Amino acid sequence: MNNYIPFSSDILDVIKHTDIEFTFRMSYKGNVKPGQFFEVSIPKFGEAPISVSGIGKNYIDLTIRKVGRVTNEVFEHYISDTFMLRGPYGNGFDVDIYKGKELVVIAGGTGLSPVRGVIDYFANHKDEVAGMTLIVGFKSPEDILFKEDLERWQKTIDVVLTVDSTDDTKNYRTGFVTEYIPELKFNNKDNANVIVVGPPVMMNFSVKCILNIGIKEEQIWVSHERKMCCGLGKCGHCRINDTYICLDGPVFNYTVGKTLID
Amino acid sequence: MGFILNKISADNFLSSLKDEYYIFAPKCFEFGGTYSDTDTIRYSQINSFDEIVFDKKSLYSFKEAIFHISQTIFYFTEDQAKESNFNPKKVLIFLRNCDLHGLKRLDDIYLHNGPEDHYYKNLRENVKFVVMGCENSFENCFCVSMGTNKNDDYDLSIDKQDDNYLITCKDNEFNKILADLNISQTEIIPKFVTSNSVKVNIPDNLSNDIANNSIWNEYDIRCIACGRCNFVCPTCTCFSMQDIFYTDNGKVGERRRIWASCMVDGFTDMAGGHSYRVKKGQRMRYKVLHKVLNHKKRYGEHMCVGCGRCDDICPEYISFSNSINKLENAMKEVTSNE
Repeated sequence: MNNYIPFSSDILDVIKHTDIEFTFRMSYKGNVKPGQFFEVSIPKFGEAPISVSGIGKNYIDLTIRKVGRVTNEVFEHYISDTFMLRGPYGNGFDVDIYKGKELVVIAGGTGLSPVRGVIDYFANHKDEVAGMTLIVGFKSPEDILFKEDLERWQKTIDVVLTVDSTDDTKNYRTGFVTEYIPELKFNNKDNANVIVVGPPVMMNFSVKCILNIGIKEEQIWVSHERKMCCGLGKCGHCRINDTYICLDGPVFNYTVGKTLID
Repeated sequence: MGFILNKISADNFLSSLKDEYYIFAPKCFEFGGTYSDTDTIRYSQINSFDEIVFDKKSLYSFKEAIFHISQTIFYFTEDQAKESNFNPKKVLIFLRNCDLHGLKRLDDIYLHNGPEDHYYKNLRENVKFVVMGCENSFENCFCVSMGTNKNDDYDLSIDKQDDNYLITCKDNEFNKILADLNISQTEIIPKFVTSNSVKVNIPDNLSNDIANNSIWNEYDIRCIACGRCNFVCPTCTCFSMQDIFYTDNGKVGERRRIWASCMVDGFTDMAGGHSYRVKKGQRMRYKVLHKVLNHKKRYGEHMCVGCGRCDDICPEYISFSNSINKLENAMKEVTSNE
């Protein structure tokens, strides 16, 4: 089988979160897990690995930020009504691991995309976790993604939404996500699981704070990002030590994730 | 048992294969060197045994014959992607013992790391290998230290003795052709070296903790990030994707994969401007530890096969074997700091 040939996928819907962050709902049938990714292929411009931010029966959501050569083109020409895709790749999140736990998800910016499926699952199946808190941070109120989801989730789970800074302090919490980690309350810390996804600096400091409040390394999961040209363990760009992010990750337990420093 | 072929019978053997095989061997390109009035030895198709260079090491490895510098993987026509045609002709490659070990490293990545690579597998199934014996070690070689000085996993072995070629054969197809040449058989043991003047020592306790040691800092200045060491290496397998579009019709083009180098700028660049291993010393660390630590952790064997080509080609005279030999002392520092 030739894994490098992309297939054509219809754009079913475009949800505009901000000027530079859209969610593209793409037709797709097949098994996909949150945290897995697809290579979005734009002829002439190349490919970019994009996390799955939502999974439906006949579709997947790809939340794309206009930030590079390929994604700039995505925003220019998405009206063409199809994209070329290949995937899904990577291990993704296994929601079964978190069942019965006091789950905390800490996300920064577009880092919310890969965990959106996990949050959504437990927001809809609240009885399957012992507790569920989302701490999510964005740069400013204008940068907030998945506003409708956040409102919906607030009805069933604890949501701490914060922005780095704003003049509108009446309506928004301010500060980094790390400031809200010490405020977390657990019935039983040993039964806690924490997922951290976001920019490298945010992940670093968040994990430090989590360890500080007495949660063990093996209770923490992180998702890494790297340049990936193939997603198939061949191109070598995503290797760290003897780990290939595209094959063995991008989701790692922190006991492994902490060794992946580069 | 083996065969002793004179030049005429050897070329008869070669020409009987020409219809079915592309035959690649190290060949001398006069004045093809990077300095004036120098030659270079690289892989190319050959028509006669005369063209094969036995007494020198090739600058580039056999890799370019099986993993192409630039390979079109498919063609775009608007929203269609069509796989490039596969040339079904068989390939015969002349290479050294160490190189044949290097092939196994290519297989590790392209056949066993995740799903099989479609393009590599198609080509690989059609390739046979001729091991060229080494009578003496070449400059910078350290195959004995790496345990890659001998490899019996060949289809043919060949040694040049005066004007004759000593050949042993493990392949039924070739055996038949050789038998038809009516040459008497005799006992032949393929040559291989048992010592090199360069030796390396990879410390048993080597770990990725060495990443923060000051040992790598000297390369921040010495290395110019040209990536030649990666390109000549028989075991470097990284590539990047490249889209090409035709000037006469901007809607039609092709996607290629091209060799990439972890030493060259841009290898880790991510959208948004973040990149890893900005300092060249850290790139050196990434490469060295891949070759003598991390590949082994995943596949059980060191990636480096000790061919020394990276030392041969480095314009800054950085010696890979020296960089390995500095690891032991550096590990002592690492463990004493714990």
